[in-house]
Amino acid sequence: MTLLNSVKTGQEQAVDQWSSICLLEDIAPDTGVCALYQGEQVALFRIGDSDQVFAISNYDPLGEANVLSRGIVGSVGERLVVASPLYKQHYDLATGECLEDSDLLLKTYRVRVEQQQVQLS
Amino acid sequence: MSKKRIIVVGNGMVGHNFINTLATSEHSSEFELVTFSEEPRLAYDRVQLSKYFSGYTAADLALTTADDYERQGVVFTLNDKVVAINSHEKTITTASGRKEGYDKLVLATGSYPFVPPIPGKDQDHCLVYRTIEDLEAISASAAVSKTGVVVGGGLLGLEAANALKQAGLETHVVEFAPRLMAVQLDEGGGKLLRRKIEDLGVTVHTEKNTKEIVAGQECRYRMNFADGSFLETDMILFSAGIRPQDELARQFGLDLGERGGIVINDYCQTSDEDIYAIGECALWDNKIFGLVAPGYQMAKVSAAHIVSSLITHEEPALAFKGADMSTKLKLLGVDVASIGDAHGHTAGSQSYVFNDDIAEVYKRLIVSADGKKLLGAVLVGEAEAYGTLLQLMLNDMDIPGNPAALILPAVDGEASVGLGVAALPETAQICSCFDVTKGDLAAAVQGGCCTMGDIKDATKASTGCGGCSALVKQVMDAELVALGVEVNNNLCEHFAYTRAELADIIRVKGYTTFAQVLQGHGKGHGCEICKPTVGSVLASFHNEYILKDEHIGLQDTNDIFLGNMQKDGTYSIVPRIAGGEITPDKLIVLGEIAKEYDLYTKITGGQRIDLFGAQLHELPQIWERLVAAGFETGHAYGKSLRTVKSCVGSTWCRYGVLDSVSMAIALENRYKGLRAPHKIKFAVSGCTRECAEAQSKDIGVIATEKGWNLYVCGNGGMRPRHADLFATELDDETLIKTIDRVLMFYVRTADRLQRTSVWMENLEGGLDYLREVVVDDKLGICSELEDAMTRVVSTYQCEWKTTLENPEKLKRFQHFINADEDDSNLLYVRERGQRRPATATERIELVNLSTVQG
Repeated sequence: MTLLNSVKTGQEQAVDQWSSICLLEDIAPDTGVCALYQGEQVALFRIGDSDQVFAISNYDPLGEANVLSRGIVGSVGERLVVASPLYKQHYDLATGECLEDSDLLLKTYRVRVEQQQVQLS
Repeated sequence: MSKKRIIVVGNGMVGHNFINTLATSEHSSEFELVTFSEEPRLAYDRVQLSKYFSGYTAADLALTTADDYERQGVVFTLNDKVVAINSHEKTITTASGRKEGYDKLVLATGSYPFVPPIPGKDQDHCLVYRTIEDLEAISASAAVSKTGVVVGGGLLGLEAANALKQAGLETHVVEFAPRLMAVQLDEGGGKLLRRKIEDLGVTVHTEKNTKEIVAGQECRYRMNFADGSFLETDMILFSAGIRPQDELARQFGLDLGERGGIVINDYCQTSDEDIYAIGECALWDNKIFGLVAPGYQMAKVSAAHIVSSLITHEEPALAFKGADMSTKLKLLGVDVASIGDAHGHTAGSQSYVFNDDIAEVYKRLIVSADGKKLLGAVLVGEAEAYGTLLQLMLNDMDIPGNPAALILPAVDGEASVGLGVAALPETAQICSCFDVTKGDLAAAVQGGCCTMGDIKDATKASTGCGGCSALVKQVMDAELVALGVEVNNNLCEHFAYTRAELADIIRVKGYTTFAQVLQGHGKGHGCEICKPTVGSVLASFHNEYILKDEHIGLQDTNDIFLGNMQKDGTYSIVPRIAGGEITPDKLIVLGEIAKEYDLYTKITGGQRIDLFGAQLHELPQIWERLVAAGFETGHAYGKSLRTVKSCVGSTWCRYGVLDSVSMAIALENRYKGLRAPHKIKFAVSGCTRECAEAQSKDIGVIATEKGWNLYVCGNGGMRPRHADLFATELDDETLIKTIDRVLMFYVRTADRLQRTSVWMENLEGGLDYLREVVVDDKLGICSELEDAMTRVVSTYQCEWKTTLENPEKLKRFQHFINADEDDSNLLYVRERGQRRPATATERIELVNLSTVQG
């Protein structure tokens, strides 16, 4: 099952403190899941069956719903993206930028995989 | 300024075309259009008349409706014949005594069937073939007859013979000339046509001159011929040519030809300049034109002349210059075409003949003395070259290379000699039904048309007989290329193939995963276009569980959670209710679940029940109960078979002739789970009253007393399309076999997200081609298509049942991977006793309220 670390407030947290969210295998290859992290909804995406994972906000600002983790992962040119499941805009997984509207920038999160644990910071 | 009054006498195809031309012109508001018809209905498609016997109704054949005319401001009167013209007062009088004034009068009275003056011709069961009423009489007579004879072996005669054969009669054709279609075909062509028609069970008698019709011994009548022989028959259909309907013009002093026909000039004016004649009643240069295309041309010319003489006072821009009488058609299933000087009457002309007795194909080219120009052609048994040959002849082009190559069959590995459309002049007429030139098509492409559908909407090209569709597409593609529009059919940046090509690759290579396809034929990581496309193709061919690890990342938003995502990120649930039949117990289960989870409940257009507003974590709980109650997934989320709608059929309905509900349930259970390029909807009606609206569905089935009629490629929705009648009087087994083939062919060849309606419109060769593939098995793939469908049917699984049995998969059905909380963003209000998402304004109020209360 999933693991939920005790969440600390921003002030208390040290810079390099990582919170384990789930196991890598909890994210099926080339799909996303949604995590609750410090009160925010974070979309985590796993590229192929590798341990490369990205984390951006789960909120679709155009569709106005918390759904981005349920979008399809793919690439546009060299950039890895997710397509919104509602209206299909693309968001850069690395930068959070909306490819159709560069003014829209989603919040991104630091993410890593340590001993099969997906961790956010 | 008062409106100019135009009276059109006759509402046949040409009269209607004239009205439509003026009513849709920029000057439409300056005219008052009035028309009279002696027939009980508005204009209908006489060219397709024989389809009446294969299940088409009068409404299917209609070219317009009372509503359309009313909207266009056209005043029409049916069942009332114009009987008098007063050209001094400029008035007409009808049989009912109405008198109406006109500024211009247009005679579009058409023609009547010629019945040779044979003693005994006026008895019961001696009929003609021209109007829907004639066809009704033929039907009635055929019902009490065993044998039927058609007098006349011309084009219409053979159509009529087809009608009798379809009505189940032993059919004979009696022709005065030594061969069939003597006007259009030469001896070789006529001979082969006769052989092919006789193979179909129609007996042909040539060089027979009927002397009298007397009472028969075996049958109702006996026809005695001049050579002493005789033939017995129960009914006789005269189709020995047409005569112009010029009676009105004759009585009121307009100039007529020696053998009839109202004489017209190049602007279609008769000897009275305010009276025009168009269509089959008109005589131009001593010729009657018995085809619809020249009639439409006359309608266009006369309309333009009326506008210039009454409104703009400019020189008339159009003139009638005669018309090409080349024809291509399918007679009793045999392709026949005749172009230009089919008999080689031109001095010094020479010919090339190709005759294949085995394949039963005959082709003859008539070329000029120097062998450079094509003058005419006869094609029987195979007429694919018609478009190319016609253009060569009409545009007086030099024959490219050796003329013989134009009719020789292509040898393997060698492309058949075609005529590049680039070689055609701008003025080349591509669609003769609606007089659309290559230049018109080019202009449409420049105006933004880039699909066959666009072109048809913009120019009407290929919406008449459809014979030009392949050529229209070639011109369109060539124009797109010329414009620098790369005709890029690539699926997306990751695959330089169309969906159909990818489907072939996947099928031939036997790929089972997206990774294999991407590695072998694509680049990058894929995207939201190619992943679901490949996922769908894999599912169509292999039908594996779509949430398997190697497939899950390919699934669209809806498929991945086996529900339909709504605007707020929640899902709707649609269990399968096959054929729309549901027990009270199951209804109660749905009600209980909806109540417990507070789901907004609505009946769908496909006779099912949609439950809205379920959150991710609720989906498995709800489906657990649905599956336990005997429900299966309804695939409302998939590009796949949705519903088979049905009327209650013969089990309850007083009018039903077959059990439509049982058939609908059988079809729905057979094709459920079939993944396709787009969603597929069916309907089954238990009688021709068509309560299930099958003719607006991808696959429509309508019961008749003789079996099922199958309609294909209809659509409601955004761009409605009336389905095409594909096959008639099928038994259950043949019906299912035919649907198997059509659907699997669609799955293999359609573009991504292309419904069957658009697929059909873009299919080269259209309905006829689909029939050749699916019914005649032209490509030899029918058994393969059936096998592929059998595989899909035998590997069906309810995706929800499989998912519920798989705890690993269920993990995904919660909003957070690391918490049990719900999405806090969801807010609802109640309306008419049910829950719905709050609007933006309501959200602000709700949030404020909760803050205040909190």
